Amino acid sequence: MNWTWFHRLGSPPHVYGLAARLTPWLAWPAALLIAYGLWGGLVLAPPDYQQGDGFRIIYVHAPSAWMSLMVYTTMAVAAAVGLIWRMKVAHAAAASCAPIGASFTFAALVTGSLWGRPMWGTFWEWDPRLTSELILLFLYLGYMGLRAGIDDLQRADRASAVLAVVGVVNVPIIHYSVTWWNSLHQAPTVMRLAKPPMPASMLVPLLAMLLGFTLLFGALLLTRLRGEVLNRERSASWIREALRA
Amino acid sequence: MKAFLSMGGYAAYLWPAYAVTFAVVALNIVWARRALEQARSQARRRLEARGEER
Repeated sequence: MNWTWFHRLGSPPHVYGLAARLTPWLAWPAALLIAYGLWGGLVLAPPDYQQGDGFRIIYVHAPSAWMSLMVYTTMAVAAAVGLIWRMKVAHAAAASCAPIGASFTFAALVTGSLWGRPMWGTFWEWDPRLTSELILLFLYLGYMGLRAGIDDLQRADRASAVLAVVGVVNVPIIHYSVTWWNSLHQAPTVMRLAKPPMPASMLVPLLAMLLGFTLLFGALLLTRLRGEVLNRERSASWIREALRA
Repeated sequence: MKAFLSMGGYAAYLWPAYAVTFAVVALNIVWARRALEQARSQARRRLEARGEER
């Protein structure tokens, strides 16, 4: 197998330029998919037979919750790569993930709470799914706090990477919490292989939102990554080159 | 239009959920761009500081 692409990902100037070129290719499809998802979810999809129009909260809640887990997993993998191969760019990617993931975890908790009130009769319950998702928010905040508390960027990278990698055990706990414990939260409706969970008119806008948010994450990550890569760079010649771009 | 906005009686929960999510989306775009701009201006200052040493 040819590993040059991987080695080139370790080269800051290559990554900086590649990230800049790729960003619009992720951002515009994301905007289109989210616009379609909103239209499809709010207008085209029929009301749910049990939850009426209230079920439409799924079109913002599920993508936010998906982001909270997917971004954390990305962050933990990047942190692990940074620790193992001492790769600056990987640490820069992990650091870029945290504020994005934290904010969408917050959105998942708030939208879930607003959905829970009319359907379960409560904004909050110390339920396994809700509690483990709240712990995820604290993991993100702890990661960011730890980084903010260490002045030396290299030491901040290594210390926070250990926290990110250890914290990843929470991701499967969140995902399987509704199966392992008796939870208020419903079981997964999309991430399962059995019979179609909902009619296509409901499902397609949801998939568009999930994909749209994922591409949005890609665009946000690449934008932040460029900044984080610049922060770690001491070589004057390529900084000059990057600033010209 | 009125029926759409009332969302079958769920408006009080549904619209705030959408508002919070898209506020988070908008803030993320602003924050990411600002973080990049800050890194670029800091890098520029580092370069200028080094230029003066020479």
